[in-house]
Amino acid sequence: METIWFWLVACMLVAYVIFDGFDFGAGIVHFLVARTDAERCVVFSTIGPVWDGNEVWLLAAGGTLYFAFPALYASSFSGFYLPLMMVLWLLILRGVSIEFRNHVESPVWHPLWDAGFAIASALLAIFFGAALGNVVRGVPLDASGEFFLPLWTDWTPGQSPGILDWYTVLAGVTVLAVLALHGALWVALKTAGEIEVRARRVAGRVWWGVLVLMNLLTVASFRVQPRLQASFVARPWGWVFPFVAIAALLTAAVMNYRLRERAAFLASSLFLAAMLVSVAFGLYPCVLPSNGDPELSLTIANASAAPYGLRVGLVWFIPGMLLTAAYFVYAYRSFAGKVGVEERP
Amino acid sequence: MDALTIHRLHFAFTVTFHYLFPQLTMGLALLILILKTMALRTGNPHYASAARFWAKIFAINFAMGVVTGIPMEFQFGTNWSRFAKSAGGVIGQTLAMEGVFSFFLESSFLGAFLYGEKRLGPKAHWFTALLVFLGSWLSGFFIVATDAWMQHPTGYAIGAHGEMVLTSFWSLLLNPWLGWQYIHTMAGSVVTAGVAMAAVGAFYLLTGSHQEHGRTFVRLGVIAGILATVLMLFPSGDGQGRNIAWHQPVTLAAMEGLFTTEQGAPLAILGQPDMDRRRLDNPLVVPRALSFLTYQSWKAEVKGLDSFPPQNWPDSVPLVYYSYHIMVGLGTIFLAVLAIAAFRLWRGALYRSRPLLWLLMMMLPFPYIANTAGWITAEVGRQPWLIYGVMRTPAGVSAQVSSGNALFTLIGFLGIYTILSILFLFLVYREIEEGPERAAAV
Ligand code: HDD
Ligand code: HEM
Ligand code: HEM
Repeated sequence: METIWFWLVACMLVAYVIFDGFDFGAGIVHFLVARTDAERCVVFSTIGPVWDGNEVWLLAAGGTLYFAFPALYASSFSGFYLPLMMVLWLLILRGVSIEFRNHVESPVWHPLWDAGFAIASALLAIFFGAALGNVVRGVPLDASGEFFLPLWTDWTPGQSPGILDWYTVLAGVTVLAVLALHGALWVALKTAGEIEVRARRVAGRVWWGVLVLMNLLTVASFRVQPRLQASFVARPWGWVFPFVAIAALLTAAVMNYRLRERAAFLASSLFLAAMLVSVAFGLYPCVLPSNGDPELSLTIANASAAPYGLRVGLVWFIPGMLLTAAYFVYAYRSFAGKVGVEERP
Repeated sequence: MDALTIHRLHFAFTVTFHYLFPQLTMGLALLILILKTMALRTGNPHYASAARFWAKIFAINFAMGVVTGIPMEFQFGTNWSRFAKSAGGVIGQTLAMEGVFSFFLESSFLGAFLYGEKRLGPKAHWFTALLVFLGSWLSGFFIVATDAWMQHPTGYAIGAHGEMVLTSFWSLLLNPWLGWQYIHTMAGSVVTAGVAMAAVGAFYLLTGSHQEHGRTFVRLGVIAGILATVLMLFPSGDGQGRNIAWHQPVTLAAMEGLFTTEQGAPLAILGQPDMDRRRLDNPLVVPRALSFLTYQSWKAEVKGLDSFPPQNWPDSVPLVYYSYHIMVGLGTIFLAVLAIAAFRLWRGALYRSRPLLWLLMMMLPFPYIANTAGWITAEVGRQPWLIYGVMRTPAGVSAQVSSGNALFTLIGFLGIYTILSILFLFLVYREIEEGPERAAAV
């Protein structure tokens, strides 16, 4: 039962990264692909009607995590107190930038929110990357399953790490590049003309960065967290996930080059999914490793809610997710096709 | 200040600010649905343009609700981690259901509702308005269910490690506390939306602009407002009061400012609690009324604060007392003003009664105050318990987050929310000034 919920929560987080990832990506490449005010309006309208629904994946995943693994939610949210609060502030900045930009026509109003959108998106990508880095590296859990991390200590992932060390910063920068690629491919898919051409060019360039950073990060992860290697050795069939990721990344580049925007975007989504599943596979059954005594790690066994609740949860969760899938199909179908310059909301 | 106090202020400030927006969202979703229904039934484009005008304000307000709601979802973990860890197995259910069932529904169809009127056609567009309404009222349901469980925990047991485990899903969702609380909160949000609509309509009538829309807004706002206010008083406010008398008698004593147990207890209308002398200063009371209201008998005994050990009293009796009296006092005033307005409306004279229109316009902020006061009554009245009768508030806080860290983020939220408020008022005022006719032209 705990294993089912582990993978359900993982799937929800994957959905969040794929969906909201392109919103962040569009923000990161905002100033690179759109030169004029009208073009920036177009970038906004590629995400305008869907971003809030995408962000709900974070809330729903958070809520589900809370419900299925209360101890993990409690320990990690309080332990990462400061960075999480900053994430919240950035999410506020991003949300109001998207929603308030088109309400006033003025030469000072639009650039303000353009900048807010771009800065918040880029920083959020880095923060989420660093968060993932922290989870992989492990944190100094105590016997009651609690910890509190300072923002930084000596920048090395040793016994008393901070939120930021060279490893988590590397993870942050990698995620920035990965989401920039994802977002550029989304913009290319949803726009036409100048913007599409520029988006495709940006995607082509960022791709090389992703390739290099991803390799560095993978090597570093295996060094920092020995658990990963142990998992892949114990269950070698897990290697399919990293291989799918590599194949998807290559496909994304080829499809982008061949002007097949939809295939390129889907490949990038698959890449994100396969990477995250690889990480989840590598950590399983651990949900938050301890960086000291491995006995103190939070696992699906010691962090989960009681069996009755988990069983009842499944009964409402499955229909709920089917409904959600139906809403998403509806929302994206009614918003299919490219967004024109004149058609802004 | 110690860490606990700051964590409490942190939560109280952010949730109070958040709730300023959903209360309008939920009520307005209903009123917009009514406007869309009238547009569909009569085919009159006037109602469609009225709905479009309110949809713009709805969108701004909704965005504020979303960005201030996300921090709420996180704070159970960041600031109340011990509470989250022990109660998560129970209230995690309702919080997760809120995300899965209501936020997805709301956010997926709000886009279609705001941008899709031309493309969807009137019937399908009406349907998106219905789904947005359902989504927002469902999210109110799940969050009130969460709160109701904290006020009156049911369907749980204590597990092996002292954590709370769910034993009955249905008693969580059919908590006896929940019914009245849900009706009362939803009616409260209809009061806010009705008064807001009537106030904007009165503003148009008084400034001589957008006359036709002004009349529609005043009419719909007053009718919805009076119906909801009646519902607040009876049966839902009364039902809540009875729940409290039964399950939280010490809170009732604090709300009413009743220091000593009495048979035939009086109902205090005015007066200032004097905590040192344990009495109400300058009291203005209706003799025996409290006994009658709570137990339907003029002579029934009502327990005063002296029947309970002081460590079980709410930490701030005067705050509970004042906020309760503010809520009930404002409710009574709304009832009076809206009843007169409804009567004049029925006689066809409301649109010409300038003093009454002035009153309606000036009423705009007061439902917000009443709703906030109601929540303060409920939440401070629940103290010193975090989960009533089960967990004390200090036991739930994130012990490893120091007061300095919490103060830093509290100051951050104070600053950010100040800026957000200015932006919100600026944008909403612009929409009101531009008026519904421009909305019709788009
Ligand atoms: C427009 C807003 C509004 C108005 C006019 C009223 N209320 Fe209210 N009241 C609320 C908005 C509200 C609320 C914000 O919705 C609360 C807070 C928690 C809750 O469940 O609802 C609430 C709570 C609340 C409680 C529970 C407090 C607790 O749980 O400790 C009682 C007993 C009442 N109300 C009673 C009344 C009565 C007798 C009213 C007579 C007019 C009244 N309310 C008007
Ligand atoms: C329905 C969802 C809600 C839940 C689950 C909830 C839960 C909580 C929690 C966990 C605390 C912190 C612990 C404490 O100090 O007691 C709290 C305090 C508080 N909440 Fe709520 N709350 C909810 C809604 C609201 C709303 C809508 C308001 C106001 C408009 C509000 C006002 C307050 C206040 C003023 C406090 C501080 C009480 C004190 O510190 O003495 N709450 N609530
Ligand atoms: C601690 C308590 C609360 C939490 C954790 C919370 C959480 C949230 C979140 C995360 C959102 C954003 C949803 C989105 O992205 O679409 C939101 C919006 C909303 N909340 Fe809250 N909330 C709380 C208190 C309340 C209360 C007391 C009510 C009503 C009774 C309420 C009703 C709503 C509604 C109707 C919305 C959607 C409309 C809007 O955003 O204005 N919330 N809430």
